[in-house]
Amino acid sequence: MSIARFWRETPQRYNLGGSKCSQCEAVYFPPRSVCPACAKHRTSLGRMLPFQLSGDGEVYTFTVVHEAAEGFEMQVPYVLAIVRTKEGPMLTGQIVDIEPADVRVGLKVQSTFRKLREEGKAGVIHYGYKFTPRADPGDSARPPAAEASEAEATPGRTGVAA
Amino acid sequence: MREVAILGIGQTKFGELWDRSFREIGIEAGFQALVDAKLSSHDLGALYLGNMASGSLIDQEHIAPLILDYAGLSGHHFPAIRVEGGGASGALALHQGYLAVASGAHDFVVVGGAEKLTDVPDTEGNRIATSTADHEWEAVFGATLPSLWALMARRHMFEHGTTREELAQVAVHAHEMGSKNPNAHYRNRLSLDAVLHATPVAEPLGMLDCAPLSDGAAAVVLGPLERARKFTDTPVRIAASQVACDSMAVQHRRDLTTLDSTVVAAKRAFAQARRAPADVHVLELNDSYTIAALMGLEDLGFARKGESGKRFSAGEFRGGEGLSVNPSGGLKAQGAPFGAVGVAQAVEIVRQLRGEAGDRQRPGAALGMTQTVGGTGATSVVHLFERAN
Repeated sequence: MSIARFWRETPQRYNLGGSKCSQCEAVYFPPRSVCPACAKHRTSLGRMLPFQLSGDGEVYTFTVVHEAAEGFEMQVPYVLAIVRTKEGPMLTGQIVDIEPADVRVGLKVQSTFRKLREEGKAGVIHYGYKFTPRADPGDSARPPAAEASEAEATPGRTGVAA
Repeated sequence: MREVAILGIGQTKFGELWDRSFREIGIEAGFQALVDAKLSSHDLGALYLGNMASGSLIDQEHIAPLILDYAGLSGHHFPAIRVEGGGASGALALHQGYLAVASGAHDFVVVGGAEKLTDVPDTEGNRIATSTADHEWEAVFGATLPSLWALMARRHMFEHGTTREELAQVAVHAHEMGSKNPNAHYRNRLSLDAVLHATPVAEPLGMLDCAPLSDGAAAVVLGPLERARKFTDTPVRIAASQVACDSMAVQHRRDLTTLDSTVVAAKRAFAQARRAPADVHVLELNDSYTIAALMGLEDLGFARKGESGKRFSAGEFRGGEGLSVNPSGGLKAQGAPFGAVGVAQAVEIVRQLRGEAGDRQRPGAALGMTQTVGGTGATSVVHLFERAN
């Protein structure tokens, strides 16, 4: 992969920069230039604003990968998940700093900045987001029901076309 | 729009064809179909060739005229067009051929599908398969094609109670059916235990939940139904040909346990043919990963959510008077040469509707269906085929 091809996605991969439709307020990651959910789909062009994701979320589904993707051979077995973020968008990424056997659907996670892979000894090193279990005491003290209702409070804003 | 019929079929053996090149298998399938249709090459209007990754697999793009050339047809100068849509490439080529004949643009066309996977190492084949998913937002983060289907499998288990054993039953079923198909890549039967204890790939999926990397080619000849009787006593009408697409990445789907592209393509197909799932006798559906077959049965309208695994486990779908599913052995046992898959599925349905499927014949088959999926479901192609007599 050329350096530019990875470098141009840096704001998203390093900082979870997404986008928000200024017409219907739907949030997307990665950022989009038109809003798939918006009734005024055509006029959303040029009206998608930058939107920062917090990195908070929970595991929506996961797998333990044993046959690695290219460049990930040294990491097997690794946990790959789709994380549902607090703001709605779903992200695909690794869950790290946890035993694979302890990962479950619903696990609360927080994004973290890590090395993704190296392109050989002399190649580019790719960095980006992974997720770690959220160990914030204030958070774990909150009743699970409150978490659930908060997550349910933003239906239809998940960045998925209706 | 004119009614379109399949006049001839051809298919190579699927598997590791070390001694055969891309050109050879492509030409073999095409000529079988022409001979079967008793059609002169002078009558042909176009070639549509489904192929997913020849550039990556054999360093050769621009392959449609290449196949035309080596089939001895370049002197006719008719159009040869490659069609690509991941693992659905062959079915998309069939859709294009169907549209060409239905519209009257051409009278007779050959639709081929061909892929040569064993000219690269397995790891390279897997990387190329993963390129049908979203590279920038899935693969870059460590996703592989099987791991993305595994993410759907885990969610299906979580939401609908599907079990690991039910997934494994799909592979057992595929090899049972494939054991009766002389063209199949694998003809061995599998025990449930063997599938459950195979090397893990992406949990819950193991090695035997995944279709193999195969070489192979298949072809059909299409023509207007009103002229079909001149060429064959057993024309098969294409009752519906529908394509639907969805978001590229799994993470952006409305529901991770459903392929909306399949749901929509199937609804459109049943509407076009004025038929319902209960009318279908024989179905070739995508079982590139075991979870895909369970979701496919549900999304096409043959089972409720969470029900298909239980019905596979009960030994349904093996023929008899009920619905026969993947009598060819499916992608799992017959093999999965990406671009050839959709055409091979149609070839199997034509055999079934003609009553020429030997030991795996579904008695009295009159209506058949195919579902072909690209990547993780960004493209679904659904066809319905009917015996035209």
